[in-house]
Amino acid sequence: MKYIYDLHRIMLKQNILLVYEGEFNQEITKSILAMAERNMDSYGESSSIKRKVFNIMVEALQNICKHSQSYQEEIYGKNSAIFMLGKAEHAYYITSGNPLFTREVANLQDRIERINAMDEGQLKEEYKRIIKTNPGELTEKGGAGLGFVDMARKSGNKLRFDFETINQELSFFSLRITVNK
Amino acid sequence: MQPLTIDGTEDTPKVVLDKERSLFEVSGRSLPEDAAEFYAPLLEWLAEYEKDPKPETPFMFKLEYFNTASSKLILDILSKLESIEGTSVIWYFHEDDEDMEEAGEEFSELVEIPFKFETY
Repeated sequence: MKYIYDLHRIMLKQNILLVYEGEFNQEITKSILAMAERNMDSYGESSSIKRKVFNIMVEALQNICKHSQSYQEEIYGKNSAIFMLGKAEHAYYITSGNPLFTREVANLQDRIERINAMDEGQLKEEYKRIIKTNPGELTEKGGAGLGFVDMARKSGNKLRFDFETINQELSFFSLRITVNK
Repeated sequence: MQPLTIDGTEDTPKVVLDKERSLFEVSGRSLPEDAAEFYAPLLEWLAEYEKDPKPETPFMFKLEYFNTASSKLILDILSKLESIEGTSVIWYFHEDDEDMEEAGEEFSELVEIPFKFETY
């Protein structure tokens, strides 16, 4: 049973306010958002920081929901992903991790790197460009293709990301967004 | 014309579209899982309203949060309003919510409708 204590200590040490691992859907997203709001309220967080964290959490959680297909259930479990909210003295950290097909890695990496290379004005233009394309149409997964751009704009920071190999077909995508206090 | 009213929830906004009372309002939180499905009745209502609109249509957005999928549908609503003569938008934002203010400014740059900004 020592792992419970170890896990507890890691969470304290890494300033993790909230962790959820498992299946993601809209109901769970709403619960996580409500817990995070209560948590930030209890710290007396300013409403502008709360709103930024909340907004970025929504995009990160809905990204996981949209991409949580069943990837090789027998190997990786059904819709299994992870979400964490951390708080340090000067920042909040929104971290997500989910499996995806390795063949999708290059595209995703390229997209995030292009966003990270943009300054504030370029991000604004990119947002307007995407929102104007194909009016009335969302992506096949119901998104607007604006999530990463929006997270970069709201946070004012670069998106940190990483890919780990799970097996030949699957990789694990980690994403971390920092909101300065 | 029948009004369209939808109560707000923790992830969908309150909607009031009422021609008789000249009330046109979307307010609260908009982060539905399926934004296209949620906004479809609004777009249908406006398509019907467009056939015989009032001389003035002041459309009020008073949003606390919206996800990026909703932003695309909000632009669809604005594009629909653009084709209705006498439309104006009243964009409410919390006085310390710069992101919501900027979002309103960006929408106003994307459509040809007069925008009025109000704080709450």
